[in-house]
Amino acid sequence: MSLKDKLVSSYIAFEDHLEDDSPIHDLRNDAIKVFEEQGFPSKKEEAWKYTSLNALLKHDYNIFPKNERTIELKEVRKYFLHDIDTYKLVFVDGVYNSFLSDTTHDSIDVCLLSSALNKAKYKAVIEAYFNKTAVKDSLTSLNTAFAKEGAYIHIPKHKEVEKPIEIINFSTGNEAAMLLQPRNLVVVGENAHVQIIERHQSLSKNQVLTNSVTEIFAEKRAYVDYYKIQNDARTASLIDSTYVSQEQESHCRVHTFSFGGKLVRNNLNFYQKGERCDSTLNGITIIEGKQHVDHNTLVHHIAPNCESHQDYKGIFADSSTGVFNGKVYVEKDAQKLDAFQQNNNILVDDKASINSKPQLEIFADDVRCSHGCTIGQLDEDAMFYLQSRGIGKKEARALLMYAFANNVLESVKIPELKARINKLIANKIGVSLGFEL
Amino acid sequence: MLQIKNLYAGIEEKEILKGIDLEVNPGEVHAIMGPNGSGKSTLASVIAGKEEFEFLKGNIIFEGEDISELDPEERAHKGLFLSFQYPVEIPGVSVTNFIKTAINENRKAKGEKDMPAGEMLKKIKEKAELLEIDRKFLSRSLNEGFSGGEKKRNEIFQLAMLEPKLAILDETDSGLDIDALKVVANGVNKLKSKDNAVIVITHYQRLLDYIIPDFVHVLMDGKIVKSGTKELAKELEAKGYDWIKEELVK
Ligand SMILES: Nc1ncnc2c1ncn2[C@@H]1O[C@H](COP(=O)(O)OP(=O)(O)OP(=O)(O)O)[C@@H](O)[C@H]1O
Ligand SMILES: [Mg+2]
Repeated sequence: MSLKDKLVSSYIAFEDHLEDDSPIHDLRNDAIKVFEEQGFPSKKEEAWKYTSLNALLKHDYNIFPKNERTIELKEVRKYFLHDIDTYKLVFVDGVYNSFLSDTTHDSIDVCLLSSALNKAKYKAVIEAYFNKTAVKDSLTSLNTAFAKEGAYIHIPKHKEVEKPIEIINFSTGNEAAMLLQPRNLVVVGENAHVQIIERHQSLSKNQVLTNSVTEIFAEKRAYVDYYKIQNDARTASLIDSTYVSQEQESHCRVHTFSFGGKLVRNNLNFYQKGERCDSTLNGITIIEGKQHVDHNTLVHHIAPNCESHQDYKGIFADSSTGVFNGKVYVEKDAQKLDAFQQNNNILVDDKASINSKPQLEIFADDVRCSHGCTIGQLDEDAMFYLQSRGIGKKEARALLMYAFANNVLESVKIPELKARINKLIANKIGVSLGFEL
Repeated sequence: MLQIKNLYAGIEEKEILKGIDLEVNPGEVHAIMGPNGSGKSTLASVIAGKEEFEFLKGNIIFEGEDISELDPEERAHKGLFLSFQYPVEIPGVSVTNFIKTAINENRKAKGEKDMPAGEMLKKIKEKAELLEIDRKFLSRSLNEGFSGGEKKRNEIFQLAMLEPKLAILDETDSGLDIDALKVVANGVNKLKSKDNAVIVITHYQRLLDYIIPDFVHVLMDGKIVKSGTKELAKELEAKGYDWIKEELVK
């Protein structure tokens, strides 16, 4: 049986188990129909031209985790930002782990989607926001159909959350192959501030495919900083669809650090609905071997006087492959706009490749849009300059790669996180320099 | 210290250096002059080990060892330094971090531990003062957006930090204003001792008023066609290169 058939037929049993009065009952039923109609995306679709899921779909994934495995804190401590205090939402094989988590209902809600879906007091929020910004494509629909667990974060207005919130999805390798479908909902009220770090981590060499969906709603003047750390095992793949809906004068920034995993596809969509919104989409990709990372971004400008900044850097070694598909869509009313997009890449080896494609669709006349894309090798003159000062070839390369990725790191506002990512980059490049950028 | 014997080098089929002989001893200052495109920077790059240039034949002997097969960093570890005619911009790496990395890489190559942070800071401060470099300047990205003169001054700052045995200064004077030229030349002179040596590549006598050469060589079309004392530089300043060409024809 194909994975698609398996999912569609499992759905009936899945839905049977759920309470009938769930506010998203109908949404689920509609969603599975969309998935059934469309199936998994194929390379025939323009948006999936350079990323094939075929090899991944061949595994016989377990869709529902059978038995819960407990994991020890010391086993996974390194995946947390352990040097500072944070809220934590930890899921193990798709199941909430209360032992590793640190939730709160103290003036803000940092808790589980499962309880938000089932408890009356969250009903209004769920009805107002859940699935409201997500695109009804096949993978998002598949997630919606099976949406059951994930992070539920609600920050009421004027609340500045001081501690960052970590969302970590572990998979333990209980099953030979596991499909996970976390679903996160983040609602940030007027003038509220929040910082969130999301991570997917496989703890075994078994196959994991994660089809994750996150919806983020930023109300007026809200500030949202969202960091995605993608440094997973080489047998783990991730399809991440994130939707950010912004109201007037809100500031949202999503940073994506893609260092690991077998295949990573990021669908990152921003919708600027109010005036004077500011959106930042930054990414650093450093991969090697046969890894594949695909960034598919959209910034949809609807209202006037807004800004968007996209800056993606990629370093590709061995025969790794990258895709950057950045779309900026400017509606007729989105005048006085400043949209910036930059994608710079270094191919370290001859066999590595990157497909970079900016797409601008502009229907307003008074806008400033700029985009640029570079693909190159490390600069030989710069290498000679560094080497002539006594810096070895390997270190010189590392230094230039650091320098190349550096400006994206500058906008990481949590120092401990920045230090951590610095280390990850150093590990990735294989050299530790005597300083941090 | 440095012996270059019958050196031929080029790039993509094109011969640029066509049989260079040069000997530099400890304590000496040599000036190399010559028309544009005659091969001065190529000679400097080949001595420093730039791979882009093809080493065709001859020997480069530094401190008794043929270094022509060594990587640029290995030559640097032996005490060779090149001040670039066109220093490369490296955004994202500050001058301070760069020089710290360079110093510690040189120490590592010698089997020494990293320089203690306090000592490093002191040295940076001292050398920055010698070259009248502002501290704010040191936290800027290496050469990025530096003016021509700032780049050159920064090259000599690196020279001062690394204290090489042999420094090759490729047109360090170009881009410097008169005051900066004095500061930089004074810096070079302060670093000069009986144990190290300098090769100054320049078009102008002006620099040689401050850094006084023991020998002046004229490089034309890939060959050293004439060598002399500092008087030769004055003669070139006054008469240009045509008379040498004429002499050669005869
Ligand atoms: N990378 C290169 N590729 C091709 N030709 C080169 C390259 N580098 C140097 N050359 C050529 O070699 C010759 C010597 O150049 P070089 O830069 O050594 O001259 P120079 O004496 O330093 O001149 P200047 O006084 O203008 O600095 C020139 O004809 C130049 O065009
Ligand atoms: Mg030159």
